Amino acid sequence: MEALFAFSIGLLTAAGVFLSLRGRSFPVVVGITLLSYAVNLFLFSSGRLTINGAAVLGTSEVYADPVPQALVLTAIVIGFAMTAFVLILAMRSRADLGNDHVDGRLAVEPEEKKK
Amino acid sequence: MIQQHLTLLPVVFPLIMGALILLPPITNSLVRQRNVTLLTSLVLIALSIWMVQIASSGSIQLYYLGDWKPPFGILFVADRTSALMVLLSSILTLGALLYATGGDDKTGMFFYPLFLFQIAGINGAFLTGDLFNLFVFFEVLLIASYSLLIHGGGKQRTQAAMHYVILNLVGSAFFLFALGILYGTLGTLNMADMAARIHQLQPDEQALVKAGGLLLLVVFGLKSALLPLQFWLPRTYSAASAPVAALFAIMTKVGIYSILRVHTLVFGPEAGDLANLIQPWLWPMSLLTLAIGAIGALASPSLRMLASNLVIISVGTLLLAAAIATPQATAAALYYLVHSTLIAAALFLLADVIGEQRGKPGDRFVSARRVQQPVLLGTAFFVSALSLAGMPPFSGFVGKLMLLQASSLPSIASWVWPTLLISSLAVIIALARAGTSLFWRVSGENSATETPPLFKLSGVWLLLLCSPLMVIFAGSITEYTRLAAEQLFNIQPTIDLILQQGAK
Repeated sequence: MEALFAFSIGLLTAAGVFLSLRGRSFPVVVGITLLSYAVNLFLFSSGRLTINGAAVLGTSEVYADPVPQALVLTAIVIGFAMTAFVLILAMRSRADLGNDHVDGRLAVEPEEKKK
Repeated sequence: MIQQHLTLLPVVFPLIMGALILLPPITNSLVRQRNVTLLTSLVLIALSIWMVQIASSGSIQLYYLGDWKPPFGILFVADRTSALMVLLSSILTLGALLYATGGDDKTGMFFYPLFLFQIAGINGAFLTGDLFNLFVFFEVLLIASYSLLIHGGGKQRTQAAMHYVILNLVGSAFFLFALGILYGTLGTLNMADMAARIHQLQPDEQALVKAGGLLLLVVFGLKSALLPLQFWLPRTYSAASAPVAALFAIMTKVGIYSILRVHTLVFGPEAGDLANLIQPWLWPMSLLTLAIGAIGALASPSLRMLASNLVIISVGTLLLAAAIATPQATAAALYYLVHSTLIAAALFLLADVIGEQRGKPGDRFVSARRVQQPVLLGTAFFVSALSLAGMPPFSGFVGKLMLLQASSLPSIASWVWPTLLISSLAVIIALARAGTSLFWRVSGENSATETPPLFKLSGVWLLLLCSPLMVIFAGSITEYTRLAAEQLFNIQPTIDLILQQGAK
């Protein structure tokens, strides 16, 4: 289970980093979203992975660490708000600047350069 | 009763007032919004002076939210350093707000609530004793700053905001990764508890904690604009409207404060095998930050850009002091931090006034018509320039002198002195050029524009006045920062206080 979990987080992070390095705002937003998914899962696992463990003492034989669960809830809420904000900002910059490049201007095409 | 909750008030009070401003009787009229916000900032100054007064006796105020004792629950800590930072943010707020009442608040919606939310976030970051809450307050101040940055609208701001927001979102993800690693190995995020537990690590866990600590440096470095992560700053700061840029002058300092706090308390000299974790990285980075800031200052095409690059120079200087990592250097850094924040903010405000009065060329260094109030603005510019360059009789001189004295060991001095002094020379050249072209290269008709209301300029003067005041009261201020730095480095009493209070 640990290996699968770690692999998933690693894959999500790699995809998130790759996408957030792209030049257009939509892949960047998706990349940041993937990165925040990865980080939420990672944060969740920092209390170790347990199966059938309640986060309350005395209700089951093994118990899960409740702190990461609280942390991850906070992180999810914040991450959600931030993603919403960056989406609106991306749309605004598309409207203001006339293109969806994160720099606000498109790279000059090689053919155009020759002209 | 109020004193009991004093530690929490600088965070909660602006939050409540910000929310109140959104409600009908106040939100309907701009005048009411202005009055309530100014009143709030005056109360904040009173509260933070009270806080400094309590902290200056050397006692550390603890506040447990919901009375959950550490290492559990949410903890606020007010020691000398935190109290000083809160006072700084309150004074800066008043200056920026006074300027904003001159008309910058009209250009967009919800200026004052966002401003107060950002203050709440900044004060929270200064006062928290818990690493996860540091993250939360970072987000509070960031989301307010995102909206404030695009306040007023315009292409340039949207463009700058895009970079700023995306970079900071990635930075937040890194912060959470670091927190996950640290919680997974240390089992706590209470900073005092972390500092106590860092000695009990297994060797294989140490590598992980090291990675976590260095990830934190990346995050704080992004916030404070340390060298490879500083490229967002000049564009962001020069695009923001003047009062917002002035407020942003303290945002880099939040990053520096976090480095000072976390990497002294948790990864400081007493952290066993992980002692002084970031110093080898911080040394070259801070020196290069200073160098790149100086080059940027010389190459700046406008006064705002110059002010932004001066912020980078001050960041380099402060992180250099953090790299030296002695109480003397930190004392100098705290003094220099207060000075550089206030004066940089004043320069941002000044750049806006000068730009308005010069008409179309704005604050770019080209010839334009004469400014309306040459004597008044010229004097203000002169004072801020001398202060920032570190010339006597203003506060920059005292700060730099303290820093040079703190780095008098030959091995350190050979690196610090040349870099610091040459960068100061670059600042003098850049500011002299700026002043010459802004005030003396005059061309064209002197068309009449309205002079700005006196109230607006009072914000600039308030911030500038702090410079001579910091020299006149240098004795007591340096004494305070010396004690604050000692308290910061003498971590054992702090840890004992926090954890034993919890055990009761």
